Amino acid sequence: MPPKWLRVERIVRLASAAAFAFAGHAFADSPKVDTNLFSPVSTPASQLLQLGVFVFTITATIFVVVGGLLAYAVIRFREKSGDEYSEPPQVYGSNQVELAWTVIPVLIVVVLFLTSARVIFAVQDAPQPEGALDVTVVGHQFWWEFRYPKQGIDAVNEIHVPLSSAEHPTPTYLKLLSADVDHSFWVPRLAGKTDLIPNHPNDLWIDPLQAGLYLGQCAQFCGAQHANMLLRVYVDTPEQFAVWAANQAKPAVQDPSVAAGRHVFETQACMNCHTVRGTVATGRFGPDLTHLMSRDTLASGMIPNTPNNLRLWIKSPDSFKPGALMPAMQLTDEQIDQVTSYLETLK
Amino acid sequence: MSASAIPLVPTGAPEQEWHLPSKGRVGMYCLIIGESAIFTIFVVAYVFYIGKSLYGPTPQQVLEVPIFNTICLLSSSVTIWLSERGIERGNMRGFRLWWAATITLGVIFLVGTGMEWYKLIYHDGLTISTNLFGTTFYSLVGLHATHVVIGLIMLTLTLIFTLTGHVRQEHSERVQVLALYWHFVDAVWVVVFTVVYIVGR
Amino acid sequence: MADSTLPIQGSLDLTPPREHESSLLATLHSWVITVDHKKLGLMYMMMAIFFLLVGGLEAILIRIQLIVPDNHFVSPQTFNRLFTMHGTTMVFLVGMPLVFAWGNYIIPLQIGARDMAFPRLNSFSFWLTLLGGILLYYSFIGGPGLYGVSSAPDITWWAYAPLTLKAFSPGHAPDYWAVSLLVTGFGTLGGGVNIIATVISMRCKGMTLMRMPLFSWLLFVDAGLVLITITPLTAAQVMLLIDRYLGGHFFDTQAGGSATIWMHFFWIFGHPEVYVLVFPAFAIASEVIPVFSRKAIFGYPAMVAASVGIAFVSLGVWAHHMFTVGMTSAGNAFFVLSTMLVGIPTGIKIFNWLATMWGGRIRFATPMLFCTAFLFQFLTAGLTGIILSTGAWNWQLHSSYFVIAHFHYVLVGAIVFNVFAGIYYWYPKVTGRMMSERLGKLHFWLFLIGFHLTFDTMHFAGLAGMPRWIYTYPADRGWQHLNLIVSIGGLVQAIAILLFAWNLISSLFIGKLAGNDPWDSWTLEWATSSPPPVYNFAAEPVVHSRRPLWDLKHPEDPDWKYDY
Repeated sequence: MPPKWLRVERIVRLASAAAFAFAGHAFADSPKVDTNLFSPVSTPASQLLQLGVFVFTITATIFVVVGGLLAYAVIRFREKSGDEYSEPPQVYGSNQVELAWTVIPVLIVVVLFLTSARVIFAVQDAPQPEGALDVTVVGHQFWWEFRYPKQGIDAVNEIHVPLSSAEHPTPTYLKLLSADVDHSFWVPRLAGKTDLIPNHPNDLWIDPLQAGLYLGQCAQFCGAQHANMLLRVYVDTPEQFAVWAANQAKPAVQDPSVAAGRHVFETQACMNCHTVRGTVATGRFGPDLTHLMSRDTLASGMIPNTPNNLRLWIKSPDSFKPGALMPAMQLTDEQIDQVTSYLETLK
Repeated sequence: MSASAIPLVPTGAPEQEWHLPSKGRVGMYCLIIGESAIFTIFVVAYVFYIGKSLYGPTPQQVLEVPIFNTICLLSSSVTIWLSERGIERGNMRGFRLWWAATITLGVIFLVGTGMEWYKLIYHDGLTISTNLFGTTFYSLVGLHATHVVIGLIMLTLTLIFTLTGHVRQEHSERVQVLALYWHFVDAVWVVVFTVVYIVGR
Repeated sequence: MADSTLPIQGSLDLTPPREHESSLLATLHSWVITVDHKKLGLMYMMMAIFFLLVGGLEAILIRIQLIVPDNHFVSPQTFNRLFTMHGTTMVFLVGMPLVFAWGNYIIPLQIGARDMAFPRLNSFSFWLTLLGGILLYYSFIGGPGLYGVSSAPDITWWAYAPLTLKAFSPGHAPDYWAVSLLVTGFGTLGGGVNIIATVISMRCKGMTLMRMPLFSWLLFVDAGLVLITITPLTAAQVMLLIDRYLGGHFFDTQAGGSATIWMHFFWIFGHPEVYVLVFPAFAIASEVIPVFSRKAIFGYPAMVAASVGIAFVSLGVWAHHMFTVGMTSAGNAFFVLSTMLVGIPTGIKIFNWLATMWGGRIRFATPMLFCTAFLFQFLTAGLTGIILSTGAWNWQLHSSYFVIAHFHYVLVGAIVFNVFAGIYYWYPKVTGRMMSERLGKLHFWLFLIGFHLTFDTMHFAGLAGMPRWIYTYPADRGWQHLNLIVSIGGLVQAIAILLFAWNLISSLFIGKLAGNDPWDSWTLEWATSSPPPVYNFAAEPVVHSRRPLWDLKHPEDPDWKYDY
């Protein structure tokens, strides 16, 4: 039987290798996997990756050595014909060997621990420099609130931060709070994740060194629509950031041509949950809509911010995001058109 | 077929003693270990929340140290020990008397706890839902009181069996296993008392 | 090569022939009222296999939903229930019953005892466990209420507060979760007490603890761990119910309570729990590998010490599940160290199994195939565990598919593989018939391929930034190819398991007769008939070494001559 065995095994091994080659290719060829852990653009993410590569190297070496010995044993010591009539020499143990393979792992653990501890302290306890931007992140079911206390901004779902650089560091320090249950802020290319836990403020800092849009999402199960609590981090040049911040700080645009829609908004209970700064709408349960049109997406990164999507969202949030906490207000089609037109003016 | 494979007596070797611990005792120790883990978690919750209530009555304001209750409960450990010694020696009358004394002391403890709770609920306005102190206090002390109740039920059943003549000296091992549970309940009270009425105040 | 004609005193089945015949009703009745450890062990096993299939079906549904982006196979609410029930089922209704299936059936036979220490407690524990399982699944049809058609738990198997409080879970999902697990938890406690008392108080003459088979040792340590592992969960669940129904504030952050204290309590249970689940796999490996390598286990005392060491250290690592919640850097560092330390005795066990094979004459029957795969897979799982334990890198990997890949490598790659090994190994003892070797090998290779397709690929999904608990993902994330492969692997595993189920059942009728000792093994259970008579041994055995049957078969070179 041994020869036949080997053949089957070989085919299986080749097939598995081919499968993984395919998988590896699929991974590498995926269109710009923007959330992958191997393209950091911010110091915390880079430091974490360095540690990850270091520990992987060590564990991969251990795997090759021990796995190699296992593979050798499987081949070298398999039963041959004639073996059924005698037993091999019985070896019960060896104290020296036990000692050796205890001491060596202990040494490896010491090295790994010290390296890990160094990175933990470096990232978690990093001192906050002068030029840092303070943002308070409040997690809600199922959207993100970003308050910029010094700038007087209350942004929603899409966070804008300034580009940082080695010569002129302008990191952003995020204070993480929650209005309801546990959430977690995870944008892999910028930093490791940190949880938003009610009654337990946390801190996270990022110093993005490359402008652009970075994606992430909530990483702690928070209810029905946890999967669609998406994050969009816009790293702006200083000029872009100044323009954005200035606009966000302004109160809402007041356009008399949409007075009908504004009236619907303010009398059909929308204002109970939503704020539109400069009007009577001061609700805090739902997102601030003052600059709704400045956002690229609706429903926390889920759908593009187009008039049609906005209209459909208002008509029935459940059609996009079943389980979202915004109810369908049972407005007439005319009312929905009017409200949509009103919201379309909130740039 | 004559070759005996697993011999009944080791050939050549002298007859060795083969004594293993009694399974009843082992079982009860295991139960105690498991229960201790449950109590530990409730104690940790209590200690963690000391001083953290945002409003409502505080321990200093409403708790009175239950000295009399504690003396009763801890004495019941002594009485049950005397009872165990009684049945070990075949002194069934002594066993019955001290066993009944244990039950009485346990009941007094429960009544005292009930009175304390009555005062806390109706005079001080402290319930399990009032604040963190209320929640952790009633949970921890209540968990202990539940174990006292279970213990008293077992002790009373044993007393009934004794009075109807079903418990004899040969059952002393089993009685001691049950007494072990009662000692555990008392030991837990020492911890709860210290944490709630001394440390927590 | 087994010599089943070896005259072993005590292996005679003296049950009168009349007792073997009975009507269907009488047979069923005898199973329902039984207190016999073998029947109860089998019932635990049947329960575990049944729920394995149910949990596996849940997994297949999950994988179908995730096979393409933006899929609408199931609703988000249903998906959340599916993964919650999948996890809860696999841990509490498969993994835990397996501990007691193996422990109850085999320990008394291996230690030469008549039954477990507390047969009635044994029965009570089993029925409680089963009741908890039924109650948990009743949630799918029970209590519609205002908040959806079903009340099946949808809060993840961790049930983090405050999501589980009435304010955020107004239906009954957390209640079914908490109460069902309280019920199974009491069953588990009873089972644990029973195993400990049996091992301490019922060993046959001559069997000191250091002569006991490693299988029994490992389950003994496991039972000890169970006592202090399941009880913190019991406490936390009672606290949750107090919050939900008596207005308590244990986890009520609005009243100053703490969400993190639930996490601490849950993981103080949750981490040692995974060791509770894996110890049977270690136990099986420690029996199968020596027998099929034809050598005694290498380093028996070291194996015992390592097992006890793992149990103790595992109690101090729990917060490695909480690296991202904002503990202090010193707190994080402590748990990095303790977690890495638990890897050392675990590694020692792998090395000892390897050394057992070294210089042996390895027979690759189906049990050994599964155990060999176990060794490679458990090694890998341990190493990805080390990767996860580094604290800072964990801040990227936590709550991602990398973690799911890691723990499935242990749960499926180590535990399920060895459960198969154990079933193929002991099936002849339990039923008196061999399972089909041909089907067994087919099952093995198919399951191996499916397992690796799914769980190797899953590591990459995590490294690509895919988080856990998401019912769908947008196409622009680039995760679809990986998810496709993962799902396909799941279907392959399902086919393999169906093959196994067929083998299990058909062998009862057409399997080759096994005799007492088909594998030429060395522990006491192989000294009695297959299946064993109700009383196990006609005369209480007396042993002088760790391998009583080796001594018997090799009178010229018995183990007791070596002082080890």
